[in-house]
Amino acid sequence: MQRISELIRTRAGELLESGAADQILGWENGGLAYDPTPAFFTADNVAGLVYNSFCGINLSKYLIEKTKGKESGKVAALLKPCDTYSFNQLLCEHRIDRDKVYVVGVGCSGMLDVEKLKARGFKGIKGIDEKDGRLTVHTLYGDKSCPKREVLMERCISCKGGGHVACDEVVGEELTPDAAGNRFAGVEKLESLSPDDRFDFWRGELSRCIRCNACRNACPACSCNKCVFDNSRSGMAAKANSDDFEQNMFHIIRAFHVAGRCTDCGECSRVCPQGIPLHLLNRKLIKDVNELYGDYQAGAAPDSRSPLISYTQGDAEPDVIYERGGAR
Amino acid sequence: MPVKDENKADFRPLIVAFCCNWCSYAGADLAGTSRLNYPADVKVIRVPCSCRVNPLFILRAFQRGADGVIIAGCHPGDCHYTSGNYYARRRMTLLFSMLDYLGIERERTRVEWISAAEGAKFAATMSEFTQAVTELGENKRLGDIRCKEYLNS
Repeated sequence: MQRISELIRTRAGELLESGAADQILGWENGGLAYDPTPAFFTADNVAGLVYNSFCGINLSKYLIEKTKGKESGKVAALLKPCDTYSFNQLLCEHRIDRDKVYVVGVGCSGMLDVEKLKARGFKGIKGIDEKDGRLTVHTLYGDKSCPKREVLMERCISCKGGGHVACDEVVGEELTPDAAGNRFAGVEKLESLSPDDRFDFWRGELSRCIRCNACRNACPACSCNKCVFDNSRSGMAAKANSDDFEQNMFHIIRAFHVAGRCTDCGECSRVCPQGIPLHLLNRKLIKDVNELYGDYQAGAAPDSRSPLISYTQGDAEPDVIYERGGAR
Repeated sequence: MPVKDENKADFRPLIVAFCCNWCSYAGADLAGTSRLNYPADVKVIRVPCSCRVNPLFILRAFQRGADGVIIAGCHPGDCHYTSGNYYARRRMTLLFSMLDYLGIERERTRVEWISAAEGAKFAATMSEFTQAVTELGENKRLGDIRCKEYLNS
């Protein structure tokens, strides 16, 4: 990773120097070793560019604002393979001007979930080293080690794999995380519960929501200029949910609004300060779409058509969800 | 403030029916002119097309005290706008599945295709749906308590 970080920094410098890009969109060190922060770099500060296994942040959404307007220059964006799905999806929706973006693909061998590290008792993290699937964490209290696959982010456990789907060049080599989980395992487990248990589960989770809107703001698919939740007449703009209904409504609408467009990048769950497993809502919709309308991966191609903006005459009737029976 | 009778026998549900202007609303009209009975608990809201029904409309209906929501549109293939009901079909399938996933009774939501000539079907569907919702009882899982107090006062 240290080596790839070097390679990326060098390449970023070259791109800026040759004029191929006016700015680089990447990550810089945050206040702590495990929170790299998105940043735009020019020749002055490109030395601060970092890339490590804590760079989970999906940068594609920043390109919407950056490529707006006539004056904006060319941006070289560092995108991990799963970020390129979001990038493609935004291209699909004409939110990004492709001509103003130069996509630099960066390999990813899975990003780390710092909460999982903390849960293992790794406190005071100063840095990490990885070798052959093993992670060494440098902490204030000495070095600790663990297999990397055990502390991967939820989204990386069931990595889409297959490398970048949209990029102008790849720096370093394509990598794949050492994990092959079933991404619908969590959804299936919930589906197997009784409706009452499911209701209790979601009450327990959603009642913790503080309506910070982080899930909405981080989501690359949630990029409307005007959001229904910002409408002062909706009665629920810019305030905490006041009851069960508002919690349900916010999360149903948030998840439903990205149905067919969600690339399963997992940003919603990552940013949730309350640790609500929001990806379980999105994955349920993805699973339903796959089962009812054929396998569909949003963002796999820049011209893909979402299942919700198309139809076939023989589609299942809404009753199908009753017929599938039981708790499904 | 009158106290709402929790006894199921006396429970009268509030049903919101979103009816497409071109088929189901005319079907409701036909049911009326044909003197067919259907429960007065059904409140019909006319929409230009079944695909006009935003998921938020359904949630809002539940919030403000509805115990069941039914969407009635033209039969697939008969949409006045060619394809609106096809989109509505996909959308509502996913939304209902989502509600079910959250543990909200799936019997409270329904989509039916009712043409302008099917007055009898309109009356029968509404009676049956009202019956099913009455058996389920009050909507407690997706209602807003504040709105309920308002309704009862």
